[in-house]
Amino acid sequence: MFGPLFCKPLTSKNNKTGSWRTTQRPKFLQTNCIACRMCVLICPEGCIEGKEKNTFHCDYDYCKGCGNCAEICPKQDIIMVVEEK
Amino acid sequence: MKEFLEGSQAIAKIISLCKPAVIAAYPITPQTHIPEELAKMVADGLLNSEFVNVESEHSAASVVLGAVATGVRAYTATSSQGLLLMGEVLFNIAGLRLPIVLTCANRAVSAPINIWNDQQDSISLRDSGWIQFYAENIQEAVDLHLIAYRIAEDKNVMLPVMVCIDGYILTHGLEVVEIPEEKMVENFLPPYQTNYKLDIENPLTLGFLADSDYYMETRFAIQKTHQEVLKLLPKIIQEFKTIFGRDYQEGLVEAYRTEDAEKVIVAMGSVCGTIKEAVDDLRKKGKKVGLLKIITYRPFPSNKIYEALKDVSKVAVLDRALSLGSDAPLYSEIRSVFFGKKRAPKLIRSFIAGLGGRDITLESIKTIFKKLSLKETEEEFIDLKPELLKEKL
Repeated sequence: MFGPLFCKPLTSKNNKTGSWRTTQRPKFLQTNCIACRMCVLICPEGCIEGKEKNTFHCDYDYCKGCGNCAEICPKQDIIMVVEEK
Repeated sequence: MKEFLEGSQAIAKIISLCKPAVIAAYPITPQTHIPEELAKMVADGLLNSEFVNVESEHSAASVVLGAVATGVRAYTATSSQGLLLMGEVLFNIAGLRLPIVLTCANRAVSAPINIWNDQQDSISLRDSGWIQFYAENIQEAVDLHLIAYRIAEDKNVMLPVMVCIDGYILTHGLEVVEIPEEKMVENFLPPYQTNYKLDIENPLTLGFLADSDYYMETRFAIQKTHQEVLKLLPKIIQEFKTIFGRDYQEGLVEAYRTEDAEKVIVAMGSVCGTIKEAVDDLRKKGKKVGLLKIITYRPFPSNKIYEALKDVSKVAVLDRALSLGSDAPLYSEIRSVFFGKKRAPKLIRSFIAGLGGRDITLESIKTIFKKLSLKETEEEFIDLKPELLKEKL
């Protein structure tokens, strides 16, 4: 008998880690963004996207609310706000 | 062909016939001669295996883990402190369901440092998920390695096997051994083939994080598979008998002169040879005594033990290891076999002997049979020297 033993590529997408968020979520203000991509690079879930200035956003299905993106943003263009249910 | 061989040489020969693609081992007394012999075969071009020299047993176990994860056969061997240093990786190997075969040359565990034989090392790893075999003599050790690969690699099993052989007594002793022909080995043990492997053409992740939603099922599956091994092993042993002619009954336990026995000793490993000798001596004098040898300790063959001992009136369990602070390991498990059963021995008593290489002689065995007539039920250390217990700090 075998239990869960291996994962096929991309199957971790089934784990919607957004359910881990407790009190806060990031808000992308999209006003002073210089498209430095620091938020994309630091996100532990890889769930932030964007190309041009002021287009960056995250996927709340996977965002754990860790706040790293808000902490690293050089323009304070990402802020943490109270989680709304 | 029959040859007069040292146990380590004989094991190296059978391993070379199993053709592992990767061998990784770190030398430790009394296991040293096995990897030494295999390394020589590789260097002489007689064995086409990758022999990986490593800096510790932790690395040796990690190398064979990685090798088997890529879908090839691998082998390692160790002893005592080395086995304990492997400990973390051994749990991983079983959890990953990788069919590695490891020889444990049984040796006492420090401190105090002691390089001689008892079974504390492998007994301490009994909960790791590995199948464990204990060999009585060199021929059995050779055959159990072949059987080990066969059961480990079975598509429904996929579990690692530890073949436990008493250090020095079996690793350094010499015996006339039948080493099977290459063709016969090939008949019994086909090349290892699996789809469960790391392969860039068919990528998958082994050893992922399993949180509380997944972990328990992986452990349950190993537990169930151990129960399946109890049913599968007798079939493999039967096939072994057909090809090689040697009979290990069902490969789980061996009952020696127990049919009408009033007193039986339960034991594992090389001491069973001594016990058989003592049983024969005492039988000549009309004493109804016998031996129950445990060959497969994990999975634990409870039903076979029940059948063999249910009508025996007095049972002595001989442990060559301890579970410090509680009952000896084999004793507590034998006793639990009979909990709640109507038919059971009147007395099951614990004896501990041969720790750190202290000889278990014919006299030691006869003492155990004698003590089984007394009223005492406490555990007893055989051949203990009370005069050494007077030290004060």
